[in-house]
Amino acid sequence: MAYDKFDVLTSRMVPLSSENVDTDQIIPARFLKATEREGFGDNLFRDWRYDSEGNPKPDFVLNDPTYEGKILLAGRNFGSGSSREHAVWAIYDYGFRCVVSSFFADIFKNNCLNIGVLPVTVTPEFADELFAAVEADPTTEVKVDINTQTITLLSTGKSESFDINSYKKQNMKNGFDDIDYLLNLKTEIQAFEAGR
Amino acid sequence: MEKKTLFDKIWDAHVIKSIPDGPDVFFIDKHFIHEVTSPVAFLNLEKRGNKVMFPERTVATPDHNVPTIDQDKTIKDQLSRMQVERLRENCKRHGIDLHDLGSDHHGIVHVIGPELGITQPGMTIVCGDSHTSTHGAFGTIAFGIGTSEVEMVFATQCIMQAKPKKMRITVDGTLGRGVSSKDIILYIIAQISASGGTGYFIEYAGSAIRSLSMEARMTICNMSIEMGARGGLIAPDETTFNYLEGKDFAPKGEEWDEAVAYWKTLKTDDGAEFDLEYHYNAEDIEPMITYGTNPGMGVKVRESIPTTEGMKESVKKSYIKSLDYMGFKPGEPMKGKKIDYVFVGSCTNGRIEDLRTVAEFVKGKKKADNITAWIVPGSREVEKKAMEEGLVQILEEAGFKLRQPGCSACLAMNDDKIPSGKYAVSTSNRNFEGRQGPGSRTLLASPLTVAAVAITGEITDPRDLIEELALEK
Repeated sequence: MAYDKFDVLTSRMVPLSSENVDTDQIIPARFLKATEREGFGDNLFRDWRYDSEGNPKPDFVLNDPTYEGKILLAGRNFGSGSSREHAVWAIYDYGFRCVVSSFFADIFKNNCLNIGVLPVTVTPEFADELFAAVEADPTTEVKVDINTQTITLLSTGKSESFDINSYKKQNMKNGFDDIDYLLNLKTEIQAFEAGR
Repeated sequence: MEKKTLFDKIWDAHVIKSIPDGPDVFFIDKHFIHEVTSPVAFLNLEKRGNKVMFPERTVATPDHNVPTIDQDKTIKDQLSRMQVERLRENCKRHGIDLHDLGSDHHGIVHVIGPELGITQPGMTIVCGDSHTSTHGAFGTIAFGIGTSEVEMVFATQCIMQAKPKKMRITVDGTLGRGVSSKDIILYIIAQISASGGTGYFIEYAGSAIRSLSMEARMTICNMSIEMGARGGLIAPDETTFNYLEGKDFAPKGEEWDEAVAYWKTLKTDDGAEFDLEYHYNAEDIEPMITYGTNPGMGVKVRESIPTTEGMKESVKKSYIKSLDYMGFKPGEPMKGKKIDYVFVGSCTNGRIEDLRTVAEFVKGKKKADNITAWIVPGSREVEKKAMEEGLVQILEEAGFKLRQPGCSACLAMNDDKIPSGKYAVSTSNRNFEGRQGPGSRTLLASPLTVAAVAITGEITDPRDLIEELALEK
């Protein structure tokens, strides 16, 4: 369904440096029982964020008031495992619009692009710099510009470009998803199917 | 003529349109759905006023959250019940075939597809579940998708996909005694890591792969996603055709002959190029087990947990966090660690061959007192065969009980949860934190290794017991 358009985002970052964060951590399976897309943000990183009684764990980054922002800065191989789109719904519903990592799992990245969360892949070196910058100064900001396909650390001015294909870029900029595009091909699809 | 891989042949035959600097419009032959990732897709489909374009190309079954006891009674958990009921309503409203709880065809979606002959070589198959890669064992392009894409398939039978890169993994040689296909795939993932396959689609080849049954091939393709690959496939051959012949939804008569003639063309041309290749020797593979919180963290059962020597600082941090969660320390041997639970089941190892392996091993022995064992068949068909073959009786005499089909403790969406802090050796596919219940600690292994652990109550190399038995005789 339609989502907020993505243009230029200037924001602080929430750092989560763990590697291989799988979608079971992002949203555990027991919270997938909804029949509507509602309230997933409350259970984002549920078991890292809350203890078994539901009390916030103070040492988890989302519970640390030092950090805030619309950008999640994540460790390598973020979003591995299950194909559950609920993981991206939880990230979006919580308020993130962009995830930055040096390496994304494939299905997760696809799901992000389908619902309006921009996955930005940076070099491991730049990821290290971003982690160091936010650790030194939690108010440090980055600017993510989808038009120029660049991410800039504002405190140093250091910038890197990121990949996104021009089809998905247009979708993200306009808040479109794939369904409308596909529906316009209905005749071709029906002809293709008839030939099978 | 251009040399093509098996993957190229199937992919290229399903592209309706290629968008320059964008994805392909990719046609889907078969779409499997279940109760968890479909409701929002149906909801959005209806909100936009769209219809399911080709309902006969979608097949449904509830598997993820269903209980594995008392399936004839109303589901107690309200949310699970609602999801299953919603699936029934949606299938009825949109004219989709549903293999419902209690029906002869019910089971885990990746078990029933092949079992019913719905899965056939050359097809493209998707499902809102990452273990859709299982169907690749039949020479299909099969992979998991998100709920937005489930809606796309409903509305247009297509998704938008960029073509992945191609990898070939060749395993040649003969597997040793007590070594199975689960050990092959755990070994491969331990070699190339939980992210080593990202961006690729894998073809598994070589004499060791060729020699495997369809069930064993499915176990390998199933876990392709655990190294980050979208999927993995194996060229169809006589083993594939023999498996499919006579299945409910397989072609019959003349259509069968035509189908087989086409299926025989589905192989990688000599000289076709892959972006990346790996070669392994079957003789190097031994019973495997994982010790950490991703499937790449695996060792041979007889080995110790790797030390942090030479590890990069950033990697070390995640590594220690993972071992802390498991309650393990670097350098500790795996053998002899006390275990609390065993789980045999899932789309990885919940097939009849897996139950045969376990039953054969535990026959005449007794389950260890400290072990709680859950044995869950992948489908009603598997359950039925296990009864007919006398496996259920063998299991019961050894102190095990067969439950009813479903995903069960693989992801613990139903009541089959491993309690916090407890250790489970499991035939499933993921050892993530909390995967089998909040705080649970999972060690992945083959059905044979799990059977050995169930008897001794601790981590055991199954070959040690086989050798002891041989000496006794």
